[in-house]
Amino acid sequence: MATEHAEQTAQWTKKDLLGLRHLTPEEITLVLHTAASFRDISLRPIKKVPALRGKTIVNLFFEPSTRTRTSFELAAKRLSADIVNIAAAGSSLSKGETVLDTVRNLEAMKVDVLVVRHAAAGVPHLIAQHAASSVINAGDGAHEHPTQALLDLFTMHEKKGRVTGLQVSIIGDIAHSRVARSNIWGLTKLGARVTLCGPPTLIPPHVEQLGQGGVRVTHQLEEAIRGADVLMLLRIQHERQEAQLVPSLREFRLHYGITRERLASAKPDVLIMHPGPVNRGVELDSDVADGPYSVILDQVTNGLAVRMAVLYLVSGASRGDHEAAD
Amino acid sequence: MSAAAFHDKARLMDPEAIRRALTRVAHEIVEHHKGTIDVALVGIRTRGAILAQRLAKEIEAIDQRTIPVGILDITLYRDDLSRIAPNPVVHSTAIEFDITDLHLVLVDDVLFTGRTIRAALNAINDLGRPKTIQLAVLVDRGHRELPIRADYVGKNIPTNLSERIDVRLNELDEKEEVMIEAAAAVRP
Repeated sequence: MATEHAEQTAQWTKKDLLGLRHLTPEEITLVLHTAASFRDISLRPIKKVPALRGKTIVNLFFEPSTRTRTSFELAAKRLSADIVNIAAAGSSLSKGETVLDTVRNLEAMKVDVLVVRHAAAGVPHLIAQHAASSVINAGDGAHEHPTQALLDLFTMHEKKGRVTGLQVSIIGDIAHSRVARSNIWGLTKLGARVTLCGPPTLIPPHVEQLGQGGVRVTHQLEEAIRGADVLMLLRIQHERQEAQLVPSLREFRLHYGITRERLASAKPDVLIMHPGPVNRGVELDSDVADGPYSVILDQVTNGLAVRMAVLYLVSGASRGDHEAAD
Repeated sequence: MSAAAFHDKARLMDPEAIRRALTRVAHEIVEHHKGTIDVALVGIRTRGAILAQRLAKEIEAIDQRTIPVGILDITLYRDDLSRIAPNPVVHSTAIEFDITDLHLVLVDDVLFTGRTIRAALNAINDLGRPKTIQLAVLVDRGHRELPIRADYVGKNIPTNLSERIDVRLNELDEKEEVMIEAAAAVRP
């Protein structure tokens, strides 16, 4: 994978992956470069390598998820790691055990990596402070979802050959979106320009300050579509809306839904991206979601490679000597 | 990377010696297989891949046939991930042909403990089922930790365990030589 940054000089020295905010452009590029090699493994007749044989990974999901959990599970299995899935419902958490007690008990069973999703921002960070195991943030509240942003960056690089200089419009519920935040950090660090678009009620104030000058806000969908290389649609997150922030889904579609007609003003090679699950007929019409510009399923495929790369890098980041070639 | 510093102790092969060794190994491969039908080379990244390309050219000059050459990255098959320094860069394996039922010759620069070759054999097994697998190396320095031996050797170089063999090739190092390096003496 050709990259804008010198991946060969980058080193992965972190125990955890908690977000993109604190990663350097070189570290982000290292993950993308590593993921490019892992993508080939899924195309082989034997989709498995022994790189993480003997490691134990725990999917600790305090919030429901199908796509991310399955992606991490398959990624671990393709690296020959053992994986355990724990959902909050049905675990001791439902009996009143604290998160840290759950983690302490898991660590007593000598696990190596904890993949954590939680509805509250900061929980993976709290766990990382107390755990000797590596912690990967699989989404915390409306804060960060680093592996989703990494797979988005990977997909843009794959389809456009670069990230630097791309115009990326993120459209929809920015306020409740951890995907948007991680993407703002990642995209601007790699030199892309980001436009955030949605109704004023779904765009937090001063959000453009997150991206080191590379972010602007508009409430006009036409403005977000015009000149964009990538349109990244976000789901209206009913479960995270404490108040009714849009009058109705129908009205949201009317002003911010991507329809085939609206795409007429887009660049001829625009990419349509969505982290899923798609609310068909709300933020994205079916014929656009399934149309020629859509790379939504490529995102899912690339997610597996990116998560393999992340699991591999955090597992291999222990400090030690590397023998000369033998 | 080890903290110990190494310095050049002696030059064991010059460009001419490397060229002669590769020519001889190419002849041996052609002779052993009575030609090159169903023979393919797979070089182990990084210097093994360069040597495989050079061997393929030598073989082509001898047998007037082009043979397939692939590149194998064994990083994911190493048994020492937990000992790898915080920079385990993974590269792609690039074998664009079906290895099943071929006579594969694995190519590497230095044969030492044998762990790289074990990893390469495991990687090959995941890609297909060759009829036979042989091993060609430019330098065999001894100190095997596994029951592995090379079928074709450019030069046998008995070494001390504390020493290092450094193969430098023009394509990568802008030098063409095989050096033996010794650990720098620790000053009190």
